[in-house]
Amino acid sequence: MTDKDRTDKKEKKERIPRQAMPEQDPKVRVTNFDEVPLGYSPETAMQEARRCIQCKKPGCVTGCPVDIDIPGFVKLVADGDFLGAARKIKETNCLPAVCGRVCPQEDQCEKLCILGKKWDPVAIGRLERFVADYERSAGSVEVPALPAPTGRRIAVVGAGPAGLTIAGDLVKMGHAVTIFEALHKAGGVLIYGIPEFRLPKSIVDAEVDYLQKLGVRIVTDAAVGRLKTIDDLFAEGFHAVFLGVGAGAPVFMNIPGENFSGIYSANEYLTRSNLMKAYRFPEYDTPIARGRNVAVIGGGNVAMDSVRTALRLGAQNAYIIYRRTKTEMPARAEEVHHAEEEGVQFRFLTNPIEYIGDEKGWVRQMVCQRMELGEPDESGRRRPVVIKGSEFTIDVDTVVVSVGTMANPVIPMTTPGLETNRWGYIVTKDETGETTRKGVWAGGDIVTGSATVILAMGAGRKAARAIHDYVMSL
Amino acid sequence: MHRITEKVVLSENIVKTVFEAPEIARKRRAGQFVILMIDDRGERIPLTIVDSDPVQGTLTIIYQVVGKTTYELSQLEPGDAIRHVLGPLGHPTEIEGIGTAVCVGGGVGIGVVYPIAKALKEKGTRVISIIGARTKKMLILEEESRSVSDELHVTTDDGSYGYHGFVSDVLRDLIATGTKIDRVFAIGPVPMMRVVANVTRPHGIKTIVSLNPIMVDGTGMCGACRVNVGGRTKFTCVDGPEFDGHEVDFGLLTSRLQMYAEQEQKARELCRCGNHDR
Repeated sequence: MTDKDRTDKKEKKERIPRQAMPEQDPKVRVTNFDEVPLGYSPETAMQEARRCIQCKKPGCVTGCPVDIDIPGFVKLVADGDFLGAARKIKETNCLPAVCGRVCPQEDQCEKLCILGKKWDPVAIGRLERFVADYERSAGSVEVPALPAPTGRRIAVVGAGPAGLTIAGDLVKMGHAVTIFEALHKAGGVLIYGIPEFRLPKSIVDAEVDYLQKLGVRIVTDAAVGRLKTIDDLFAEGFHAVFLGVGAGAPVFMNIPGENFSGIYSANEYLTRSNLMKAYRFPEYDTPIARGRNVAVIGGGNVAMDSVRTALRLGAQNAYIIYRRTKTEMPARAEEVHHAEEEGVQFRFLTNPIEYIGDEKGWVRQMVCQRMELGEPDESGRRRPVVIKGSEFTIDVDTVVVSVGTMANPVIPMTTPGLETNRWGYIVTKDETGETTRKGVWAGGDIVTGSATVILAMGAGRKAARAIHDYVMSL
Repeated sequence: MHRITEKVVLSENIVKTVFEAPEIARKRRAGQFVILMIDDRGERIPLTIVDSDPVQGTLTIIYQVVGKTTYELSQLEPGDAIRHVLGPLGHPTEIEGIGTAVCVGGGVGIGVVYPIAKALKEKGTRVISIIGARTKKMLILEEESRSVSDELHVTTDDGSYGYHGFVSDVLRDLIATGTKIDRVFAIGPVPMMRVVANVTRPHGIKTIVSLNPIMVDGTGMCGACRVNVGGRTKFTCVDGPEFDGHEVDFGLLTSRLQMYAEQEQKARELCRCGNHDR
């Protein structure tokens, strides 16, 4: 094929526009916790898949942390072989229904799609989601044949994205894998952090169920570090350990009044609502504050999840308080757009410095300062600078602090020989995630600090190969 | 699933439950707690482990029936099961090298201070226990406390049994009469712990309190249990549950414990406990 032919093909393909995905109306969806996007129909999916020009050297794949054969599965969708497409994705990604929903495709596969140079990229994420949902609703999730058992046992600590991915990979190599999870349900941030309206929990349950069908053993309510140490795991006969415990500890701002009632970390607010289903109180026993004036501090995806949860819990005014501007917000554009559509009020260049409470110790007001943007800082974003004398107050009765997370110290504290850096994250020797402790690998947020689901999955994938080589050499 | 092997109503509203949790029972030390969930719709609540039996593989908890979850827990009989138990959580009590300790327990807090007294006694510490309740029929663990103490004082607020007054009054007397005390452990209702800390502060007697704020995960992930100790925010689940009583902001603890008072009231009204006296 000559360049001209390829260009012609591109031109031809572009007669089909990128297919939109229907969504719940913003006015309706703020009154429920159902998923916002409704997914493609088979016809729309095939139409979208036909836009792919099947590049010989596909850029999209290089943008995928888990190396999905994207043109391969998209071709199968175009041909109407949806189950075949699902099998193709699952060769390298055991959580497609999750990734199709929460991956930042605009920064990964879709960013490198050649069509995006002139038109809109192929909607790879929407197609991945469609395929996974189709397979699940068709009730035809297949368990592939597994190789003969190797006799090697691997302990995975943490049932989040990294842990689930590595467990799936290792079990498919014939190893016996046990995941230890501290919470009562597997899924990690997928189950406690990301809200139902963005990632229905039934989907996470189905993906976890698939892993169990593959033979992964999941032990919940197991606090590794307290109930048993890494040394105990080796003593029990595990040949290798993978730590995918996340960066679970919330960061507060250490400003006066931050411990007033009504002030939550995003972790707590989302855990109550998502994991404990407090939005269904009293059907479920865990309560949550249903504030009228809710301020969420921060500009990331977790802040968007929190503020949209607040609206669904009945907030009259739901604010995002962010010290820079919309341009610097780390949240995905799609999430910001959804939040805007739903009526979230953005207060940019604003930073809280103190909370004021009532006689019962409940937060009533937030004192803020106005900011302006100065010189770029080490992150390359322009540094927010305080405008002197600009203090003002906002009436609030619920506040969610969503300014990041840090490493939980329990496992490093109880594991001799496991080196951490000055922020408490586990030090790894190479990109496979091998730690300073023999036989122990780590990956995901506990190594990188807060990042994305797919990067944690990518870390799990890389560690799986290294652990396989290691245990087979024993 | 954690099968219940024993349930005893110790007094009006205070119940003891023993259940299977073999791994935790082997690992647990005095001062640590568990988070439990009765069923998959339940709340996660923290409860101090009162005793453990590594041979039988069981844990003992003692709790006051105050809300829906503790009511439902109190209704579970031997053979029933608790769905989820996570632990052992928190730092164990520091029990090394203490000459004389006074263990002060108020109400259901007697159940929490008892294992500490027991552990201290095993380390050779001279243990003086002061246990108190509102009234005689609400007093628990008198015999158990006596068996691990060199000296036991019992108080009731209404004078129906033992010394007529508060546990803090007895402690004040002990100090006034020159009893040499190296450390005080005080566990009970927040006002009691606050008063005990105020009694010992002028004498510089180190006073450890065990705090019971609202928790969710219990592993340092959410910060629901944050307390102010010495002007700094601490997470009770991973930094505690025991802190220096002279440094704890009890006012903050009290107000944060009230955070869900309305919802708790609603849950109580809706739950099966309509005819329950409280």
